[in-house]
Amino acid sequence: MGEKTKKVIKTIKVDVDKCNGCRACEVVCSAFHATPKYSSNNPGRARIRVLHDPLRDIYVPVYAGEYVAAECMGRDKYVIDGKEYEECAFCRASCPSRDAFKEPDSGLPLKCDMCEGEEEPLCVKWCLADALTYEEREEEIEEQEEIEELEIGLEALAEKFGLDKIMDTVVRMSNKE
Amino acid sequence: MRYAETGFNLEIDLSRGSIERVETDPRDTELYLGGLGTNTKILWDRVPPEVEPFSPDNLLIFSAGLLCGTPAIGCNRTIVSTISPQTLLMAFSMMGGFWAPELKYAGYDKIIFRGKSPDLVYLWIHNDQVEIRDASHLAGKGAIETAELIKQELQEPRAQVAAIGLAGENRVYFASIEQGRSSASRGGIGAVMGDKGIKAIAVRGTRDINVARPDEYMELCNEVMDYIKWRNEHPIPGVMPILAGLGSPQEMAVHDEKWHTENFMWGNSRLRRKGFWNEEIEKQWTQTLESARKRLISCYNCPMKCGATLTLPGLPTYMMKCFSKLTYTMAAMSDLEFGLRIAQRATEYGVDGYSTPQVMAFAVELYEDGILTDEDMPGFPADNEERFYWLLDKIVRREGIGNVLADGTYWAAKTIGKGAEEYAHNTIKKHEQLPLKLSMLNPIYFLMYSTGEKINITQIEGQFPQAPFPKREQREEFVKDWFQVPDDRFKQYFLDWEPRGEKSIPFYPTPRMCCDIVDWQERMHYIDDALGMCAGLSSFPLKPPYHIHNYPKFISAGAGIDMDEEKLTQATKRYRTLVRAVNIRRGMRRKDEKPPQDHWKKRFPELEKELLDTYYEYKGWNEEGIPTKETLNALDLDYVAEDFIGRGILKDE
Ligand code: SF4
Ligand code: SF4
Ligand code: SF4
Repeated sequence: MGEKTKKVIKTIKVDVDKCNGCRACEVVCSAFHATPKYSSNNPGRARIRVLHDPLRDIYVPVYAGEYVAAECMGRDKYVIDGKEYEECAFCRASCPSRDAFKEPDSGLPLKCDMCEGEEEPLCVKWCLADALTYEEREEEIEEQEEIEELEIGLEALAEKFGLDKIMDTVVRMSNKE
Repeated sequence: MRYAETGFNLEIDLSRGSIERVETDPRDTELYLGGLGTNTKILWDRVPPEVEPFSPDNLLIFSAGLLCGTPAIGCNRTIVSTISPQTLLMAFSMMGGFWAPELKYAGYDKIIFRGKSPDLVYLWIHNDQVEIRDASHLAGKGAIETAELIKQELQEPRAQVAAIGLAGENRVYFASIEQGRSSASRGGIGAVMGDKGIKAIAVRGTRDINVARPDEYMELCNEVMDYIKWRNEHPIPGVMPILAGLGSPQEMAVHDEKWHTENFMWGNSRLRRKGFWNEEIEKQWTQTLESARKRLISCYNCPMKCGATLTLPGLPTYMMKCFSKLTYTMAAMSDLEFGLRIAQRATEYGVDGYSTPQVMAFAVELYEDGILTDEDMPGFPADNEERFYWLLDKIVRREGIGNVLADGTYWAAKTIGKGAEEYAHNTIKKHEQLPLKLSMLNPIYFLMYSTGEKINITQIEGQFPQAPFPKREQREEFVKDWFQVPDDRFKQYFLDWEPRGEKSIPFYPTPRMCCDIVDWQERMHYIDDALGMCAGLSSFPLKPPYHIHNYPKFISAGAGIDMDEEKLTQATKRYRTLVRAVNIRRGMRRKDEKPPQDHWKKRFPELEKELLDTYYEYKGWNEEGIPTKETLNALDLDYVAEDFIGRGILKDE
C-alpha cells in the first residue's frame, strides 16, 4: 500500500446560468498566451471557448483539455432542459473532428494551463458575472507508483498477444538494427 | 507593424461585383483616429454633396473602432456611416454586439460599399476569403432569421452577422441594421443597405490584433475593470436608478418604470400621464418582463449585460436593450406585453425602435383628427393595438399609406398636407426625437439638441448631471471624486447650479458655461465613436471608467500613436468639424439647428439666440454655423476651407 500524500486540486466552477456571453474570458486568455505576453489578442487562440447561442439560450464556457490523436467513435449530443447542445459540446479535447482548441494558423492543439504563474486564472478574474469561480482544495490521495505510459501500452499488448510473443518480436527487432 | 488597427479596408463595388483589399494610410489614423473619424474623411473625399442617398455613388461604410478587438473592455462598436435618406445629411449610427471585433480579427478595419448590386446579395468574410453571395432566398426574411439561416448555410455558428429585414429591403427611411442583441438604427442606414442590395454581412475572423505596449495596455484595461467593479458596488446616490450605474440604461433589468411612464410622452409624443404608475401596473409589467426575459446578456468583452433575450408565448426569441422596451407601449397607449410583442416583429422587420412607434402614433392621430381617412387607409382596424400591427406591416412593405409613412413623420406630413405638418411636431433635422416634452428651457439641452449632428439626444448627452442636485451638500459630495472632468471649473459649474433662484435654468449655467459643458459632452461621444467604445462605459453615464485622462494612454499604448489630452482634443475637434463640413456642404445651416418648438413650454428666444451665437463662436463657426477659414486651417482642414470658398459657402477674406 502506498502512503497518503496531499495534492492540490484546482477547480474552476462554471455556472452557466450566470454567463452573459461576453467572451471576456476568451479575450484575456488569448492575450495572456500571446508572445510576448499581452502583445496581441485573438479569441481564436483562447484556451476557453464560450459556446454561445442566445436564441436557444445556450451559454457554455468550455476549457481546452488534452490533445487526442483520434476522434471518438460516436459524437454525443445532449438535451438538457429541452435545449439540444451541439455535437461534442461539452468535450474539452483538441481532436481531429473539429477546429476548437487549435491554433487557427498552425492547427497545433491548445490546452488550458490554468494561467501558469498567475495568482488566479485570468478568465476567472475577467468574468465579472461570476460564471467562473476558482477553487483550490487539498485532497489526500494514496500515493501510487506512477505507471509509465510505455508500461500501460505494453500491458495492453501483452494482454492481446501474450508476453512471449512480444519478447520474441522485441528480440527480432533488435537483431535487425 | 500597425497596432490596434489592421491597416486594411475592404472596398466592395457592388455594381461590378469587385472586391479589393486596400492598405490605409497610417497618417490618417493620426489625424482622424479611426471609426467615425476616418469614415468622415472618406465621405468628405468621395461623396460630393450632389450625391443622393440612394445613388450608387453614395457610400455605405461599416467601420470597427480603432481599439475594437483589443482587450479594452466594452470596445465593440461598429460605426456605420452614409448619407441618410431621411435627413439628407451624414448618418453615423452605431451598434454594439460582436460584429466589429470579428471584422478586426478577420483582418479589416472597414468595409466600404459603393455602387448597387442588381440582385440581393450578402457578403461573407472569412479572413482572406471574401465572397459576394446570392441572397435571393433570403429576400423578405426577418433580420434575425436571416442571420440564423446564413450561419447554418455557412456552417459557421461563430460567424457574426449584421442584416436588414424587410424594411431595409424596401428602403424605409427608418430601417435599421440588426445584429443579434444590437442594432444600428438611427438615420435610416438600413434603407441605404437595402438600396445597395445587401441583405447581410457575415464575418468570421481568427487573426491577431496587436497592441503597441502590451504591459502598459493591460494595466490600463485592468484599471478599467477594477473601476467598473467599484462603480457597480457604489451607485451614485441622489439620481434615479438608471442613471446611477454604468452601461446603457438597464431597462431589461429594472421594473420600476414610474419615471419613464410619467415623464416621457405617450401617443404621438403628446400626452403626459402623471400618476400613471401604480402598484397594479408595476405587478403586471414585472410579471410580463420576468416571464419573457430568458437572460440578461452583454456585448463583446463587457460585463454590463444591458440587453436581454426575450421569448413571448407563441413568438420567436429576440433580443432587446434600452428604451425600446417602452417606445411601442407608450406610442400605442398600451401595456408592456403589447410593447414587447410588437417589438419582436419590428426587430425582424428591422426598424428603428424610436422613430417607428412615433410614425405609427402620428398616423393614428391624423386618422382620429380626420386628416387621414378610410379612403387613405382602407381596412384600417378599429382596435387600437391591431392598428399598430396593421401600420407596421404596411410601412415595411410600403403598401398604400405605408408608402407615405415609410418616409418618416417629416416627409409624410409634407406628402399628406392638409395641416399634417402640425402633427409632425417632434423632429430635429427631419428626424424623430425621444418623446419628451418639458416645461422650463434647459440651456445645456438646448445646445445639444440644436447642434448635435448625431441627431439623437442619448448619443449627445452624458457625463454632466441632467439636473442640479437639491442641496449643496449633495453636490459637494458628488464632485469629491469626480475626476473625469477635463478641468476643475466643471465642478464649480455644478456646485453652483441650483434647482431654483438666480442660479437655475434657464439662465444658469451661463451661455459660456453651457458651451464648455456641451463641448465636453460632445467630445467624449466623438472619441467613443472613433475608438469604437460603448457610450455606456464612457460618454453617457456619470463618472465613467473611460475619460479624457485615460483615453490618451489607451491610444498611445494600444495604437502606438503618441497622444496626450491636448492632441486628442485637437484630433476630435478635427473630425467633429469635418462631420459638420460634410453637412454644411449638403446645405445644413443655422435654420436647421433647433429643437422642436414644443419641446419646452417656456421658451426664451433672446436667450436661445445668445446661446447659439455664443456656442458657434466658441466652436469657431460663423453666425450660420459654418466653420470659419481660420478654424479649418488650424485643424489641418485647409482642403475644406478651399472647397467652401470654391463653392461660395465661405468668402475668401
Ligand atoms: S467572461 Fe464569464 S460571463 Fe463572459 S462569456 Fe466568459 S464565462 Fe460567460
Ligand atoms: S485558466 Fe488561464 S489558460 Fe485556462 S482558460 Fe482560463 S485564462 Fe485560459
Ligand atoms: S455597457 Fe452595455 S451596451 Fe455597452 S458594451 Fe457593455 S453590454 Fe454593451
